[in-house]
Amino acid sequence: MSSEKKYWKSEAQLDENNPEVQSLENNEFVEHIPTDEFLGNKEKLENSKTTRRDFLKYVGFSTAAASLAACEGPVVKSIPYVVQPDRLVPGVADYYATTIANGYDFASVLVKTREGRPIKIDNNTSAKDFTAGKARVHASVLDLYDIKRLQNPQIEGRDATWSEFDEKVGIELNLASTKKIVLLTQTFASPSTDRLIKQFKEKYPNTEHIVYDSVSEEAALKAFQGKFGYKALPNYDFSKAATIVSVGADFLGDWQGGGFDASYSRGREPKSGKMSRHVQFEANMTLSGGNADKRVATKPSVQKQVLVEIYNQIVSNAGSTELNAKTQKAVDSAVNSLKKGGSKSVLITGIQDEGAQRMALEINAALASTIIDTDNARMIRQGENSKIDRLIEEMQSGQIGVLMTAGINPVYSLPNSEEFTEAMQNVDATVAFSMKLDETATQAKYVASTPHYLESWGDVQLTKKTFSLIQPTIQPLFDTRQFEECLLNIISESTDYYGFIKETFNQNFGGLSWNQSLHDGTFTYESEVNKEDSEEETISSAFNASSVARQLLAHSGDNLELTLYTKTSIGDGQQSNNPWLQEMPDPITRTSWDNYITIAKSDAESLGLKNYNVADGALNGDYVNLTLGETTIENIPAFIQPGQAPGSIGLALGYGKTESIQEEMQVGHNAFKLYKDFNTHQDVSLSKGTGVHEFACVQLHHTMMGRRDIVKETTLEIFNTSEKDSWNKTPEVSLNHKPTKVTSPDVDLWQEFDREIGHHFNLSIDLNSCTGCGACVIACHSENNVPVVGKHEVRKSRDMHWLRIDRYYSSEDSLQGDYEKKDNISGLSESLSKFAELEEPSETDVQVIFQPVMCQHCNHAPCETVCPVAATAHSRQGQNHMTYNRCVGTRYCANNCPYKVRRFNWFQYSQNDEFDYHMNNDLGRMVLNPDVTVRSRGVMEKCSLCIQMTQKTILDAKRDGREIKDGEFQTACSAACDKGAMVFGDVNDKESKVVEKRDDDRMYHLLEYLGTKPNVMYQTKVRNTTEA
Amino acid sequence: MRKVTLNQGILKYFLLSILIFSLSSTYAQEDEASAESTESAIPGADPVAGKDLFNSLCAACHKPYKDGVGPALHGVTERRDMEWLYKWIKNSQELIASGDSEAVAVYNEWNKVSMNAFPQLSNKDIDDILAYVEQPKPEPKKKEAEAGAAVADGGGGSGISNEVIIGVLAFVLLMLAVILYLVNKTLRKFAEVNGVEVEEKKEKGKPIWVAFAENQFLIILTVGVMLLVVTWFGYGALMNVGVDQGYEPIQPIHYSHRIHAGDNQIECKYCHSSARKSKHSGIPSLNTCMNCHKQIAEVSDETATEEYSKEFYDGEIQKLYDATGWDPSTQSYTGETKPVKWVRIHNLPDFAYFNHSQHVSVGQIECQTCHGPVEEMEIMYQDSPLTMGWCINCHRETNVKMEGNAYYEKIHEELAKKYGVEKVTAAQMGGIECGKCHY
Repeated sequence: MSSEKKYWKSEAQLDENNPEVQSLENNEFVEHIPTDEFLGNKEKLENSKTTRRDFLKYVGFSTAAASLAACEGPVVKSIPYVVQPDRLVPGVADYYATTIANGYDFASVLVKTREGRPIKIDNNTSAKDFTAGKARVHASVLDLYDIKRLQNPQIEGRDATWSEFDEKVGIELNLASTKKIVLLTQTFASPSTDRLIKQFKEKYPNTEHIVYDSVSEEAALKAFQGKFGYKALPNYDFSKAATIVSVGADFLGDWQGGGFDASYSRGREPKSGKMSRHVQFEANMTLSGGNADKRVATKPSVQKQVLVEIYNQIVSNAGSTELNAKTQKAVDSAVNSLKKGGSKSVLITGIQDEGAQRMALEINAALASTIIDTDNARMIRQGENSKIDRLIEEMQSGQIGVLMTAGINPVYSLPNSEEFTEAMQNVDATVAFSMKLDETATQAKYVASTPHYLESWGDVQLTKKTFSLIQPTIQPLFDTRQFEECLLNIISESTDYYGFIKETFNQNFGGLSWNQSLHDGTFTYESEVNKEDSEEETISSAFNASSVARQLLAHSGDNLELTLYTKTSIGDGQQSNNPWLQEMPDPITRTSWDNYITIAKSDAESLGLKNYNVADGALNGDYVNLTLGETTIENIPAFIQPGQAPGSIGLALGYGKTESIQEEMQVGHNAFKLYKDFNTHQDVSLSKGTGVHEFACVQLHHTMMGRRDIVKETTLEIFNTSEKDSWNKTPEVSLNHKPTKVTSPDVDLWQEFDREIGHHFNLSIDLNSCTGCGACVIACHSENNVPVVGKHEVRKSRDMHWLRIDRYYSSEDSLQGDYEKKDNISGLSESLSKFAELEEPSETDVQVIFQPVMCQHCNHAPCETVCPVAATAHSRQGQNHMTYNRCVGTRYCANNCPYKVRRFNWFQYSQNDEFDYHMNNDLGRMVLNPDVTVRSRGVMEKCSLCIQMTQKTILDAKRDGREIKDGEFQTACSAACDKGAMVFGDVNDKESKVVEKRDDDRMYHLLEYLGTKPNVMYQTKVRNTTEA
Repeated sequence: MRKVTLNQGILKYFLLSILIFSLSSTYAQEDEASAESTESAIPGADPVAGKDLFNSLCAACHKPYKDGVGPALHGVTERRDMEWLYKWIKNSQELIASGDSEAVAVYNEWNKVSMNAFPQLSNKDIDDILAYVEQPKPEPKKKEAEAGAAVADGGGGSGISNEVIIGVLAFVLLMLAVILYLVNKTLRKFAEVNGVEVEEKKEKGKPIWVAFAENQFLIILTVGVMLLVVTWFGYGALMNVGVDQGYEPIQPIHYSHRIHAGDNQIECKYCHSSARKSKHSGIPSLNTCMNCHKQIAEVSDETATEEYSKEFYDGEIQKLYDATGWDPSTQSYTGETKPVKWVRIHNLPDFAYFNHSQHVSVGQIECQTCHGPVEEMEIMYQDSPLTMGWCINCHRETNVKMEGNAYYEKIHEELAKKYGVEKVTAAQMGGIECGKCHY
């Protein structure tokens, strides 16, 4: 019984009579070439000043000039090193293990450098945790080459030297002896920085250090402190979980620093018939909700009730709740699952309230959960945002002599940034340590240009026991100095921070080898590091459940409730000048280059808001004005989001930056203005705005032509009890009136070639492990020099992503309901009405599936047969080759590709002012992979299965004279996926993991009935729908 | 007749000047043989044997007449006592340790670089070496140098002399034509005077071009042939657009592969070491050059050719020193470097991927297979066309070197079975698939 439910990408698609959808399904290229418009306009042609003769002259001249110019080749200069650094071989990549720790993202990474330039971020596979499988981390290499970076220190808006800076800041610090010095910094989580700040405090005893996180986790920190006596966040290992219940926590996104998805995915493989059960109560549709087995759309006020209700049922009665029958049923079922899972169960919550967070800790304690790890707690959030208001008061009253900000941008990210900006005027000296001249730096008197993390030294304490080192991978590009170097300089007139870190290392981690740790990039140390911050109160507080419950239940829930969230692409906005991230579609809305209000369909209807597709398939929508107390943001686009809890709306943080960001990337609205009290839940009101917004949404593009069996899905119960054929049937065609499997050679139109010799590459994508995070998309961009085309081109369906992650919505809340309904249809008239009903989604109970799609590398490829110039051809290694220099741009191949994975270069995307992204400046082009051609205008391109990587692996083995081990072959996407969703390898190596995947019962090919025999395969999605 | 004599006079003058010019150069060459003195400053010592020892043991740091890492050795026997020298050469550190004031002074003066101990040398050997270094410096070969300079000038100013020669030759030709005309005229006059009738040739039948023009077949044939010829050459010319075979640009430093790879037989991959493991063969960094050229500040006399003199080559080495910031007089780097901007000769288009290590290390192909007789090239040029056809052809013809490479073992067995051959070409391995070089 294969899943026959209709997946849909947009609500418009469900409307059978929508002409745009139909025309889009029939056309790959949505725009026509305007020849008729041009030639049909007789008047214009006649009035043209260019006569036929002139035209011929121009043609003749340009032809002659072009051929003359072509006769002489350009003189190419080659400049070798004067002194070549040791171990650097031009053309061979070097790898360094380092760590990103920008206050928002923390991860151990492996940096690939070529000729001294970092060009790609890979996962540090030797790290046990924080392995970097995040889109932002992979994209962070491009931030190094950001042309908007600050290139030297500044004093009062003019360029300065470091010696001048040191001198003046030194004077300011000494002048402030009667006042306070405040260090307002990001979470460094660094033992060395902590030690350094302590030393700084010894020299300037009037110093206060306040840690500020742009997106606060203070509630969870305080709750943890209340229970365990110190500030940290609990860690979770979801790989062994039997039941996961999340109340408003997008833990597959950025909740509490993110990075839980790798362990979550390991627990989702139904290998021995077991997998975790994931229940999600949430308002916005998130990655976690999309992956959940059961998602209950609940607005924030109801989430609080749900949490109390779960507490009531698991720990003890804290207060009575008023849930509706449906939610109550879902909660009861979730509680049963939690109880059934026992110590393998875990409950997490994203409610930004200390009591709620404490409640979650108590529930886990009552469950004796082994999934939550409070011994090895996370140190990557330390923000004390509640101190900010007091700080502003002190600043206003002139008590602050020197304010130093480091790694943060409070003027942008504070809800009361106007107050903060005003208060900055009453501070004698403001010093901003910043990579860019951002909103805060422009207000500061002194601006210290800081280096990118790829140019810095550092150490990070990720969790209590896990440490990671930061080492530079390139000489500083600009005249920059780290925050720590500046502090060191103030204390001891030395800028040897490297020596300082080594000293910290030797003091704290006796017995570990510095060189080995630096090589690995990460190390664990069991005994606790002597955290000298004893000034922090280490008293745990008692927990009064009923008062917390009373507080949580106090919310009326009558208002429209806003949930602020961060996107997997832009995050807190630090990287918003990164075109890769801007163009990466949101995994859920599939919209790029924007933030918007996500709103439920019923709410949108009552407000009269519409989303509709225009003729070229692009999405347009209405604007809304959002009011929260005194704050009003006007003209935010509204996006109708299936699965959004009615009565709630969502809005992404991190957009709307205007300082030191390229004009193209100044998009969206700054939602931090609504982040009152650092709470992601706010009561707001909406009114319809004026005008029409143009979304850059790839939702209606690349439709699968309404064909079925693209995504296969089943339930754990069926998977465990039924034969493969009942849930993953190989399609059959009729041969002599007998059903014959399409895999049979008898029904094949094509000549079969011998594929047994040498390597034959296959890529397996597991729909169960894929969370849709998009790390692979960015890794692919970075590895393959995929261009960025900009918002307007994306609207025209001209995005160049070689790898897209399709997101399909389903129509019923459960598969079983769908199946039964379909099976019971009898007769034509009933089928017509019932199928129409099947297409109508239930508004809130919508399931989501993510499916990464790239070139399927068909053994019998339809694109190859239609190319008139043989520019695309098949190799015996299973890769479908695309020869750019042979391609003449007929686009026949794209038209004939059933998977819609081919991308056409409509323009020259590099060195073109019309596309002013990283490929249009010398600095940005440094990130290009020298082993991959930068494609020019007019050629087709597509996924190559990273042939440059497979060829390199083969060459290395040949040179060493050895056989290739399984796991050596990788593609950029498979290497970036730390969830194990993508497995790449050689199917002619019978021992390899990919062979195991190929022979798995869950394996199927996309549109298998076409007989294209793809080398990319998918593993059927299994959902654990077993209610306990 | 008067005119003729005048012309002859000019000619004679010209010939004379050529004679003088050539004589002067012969004269210059006469003195060339340098007499190597066999006389010895130290009685009983053999400077010839000393030269061998010097070159094998001492030359890495010392030069006879110039300071190197260590001091110039000429005149050392006058500066130092022989017994002291024996001790010093056999083990200088011991001598310094013993507190010998002279030894300590020398040690300190030369940056405290300790000299290797040579306990294997006998006193006789040391005598021989000293005898060699005490030979008087061969007189600076002034005339040779001048001649060299002249040649160098000739090299540099060859444009001018060529013009002169061509001008003179044109003049001579003109003169000959005039003389012929005059002689003819004179003979006619003689004939007229003697009453001999000079018969004018008269036309017989049609001229040949008229006959040709009237023969339609011939015209068609000729036009056809001409069209074919034009097409052939035109096609050839067009197909050669962008093919830079023979491209021989002038480089910022006249680096002679002939001297390095030819005369001195330095292995290609000693300098182009990255060819072994990288896609790039790599233009050697200048510190690679300095591995040898710290010691080699000038070329030997034999290296110079007629075209390029010793001074010319020494000047090129000086360019290297300027680029690396090496000061030969103090034997130290000044720290001022100027990278050398070589002109790249072998330019593959960006869309073609070529990996040197695949060919050099795995395929074990000689560098010369593609780069031509580099060891004979005074100036490097592109020997092969570097077209795709050329690549493909080689891939079709070349057998893959599979012996002893564990990677190929299984593949070889299977391929040999499939094709029924023992040897497998690169093409059979998949070496002519588009995507192997274009991605």
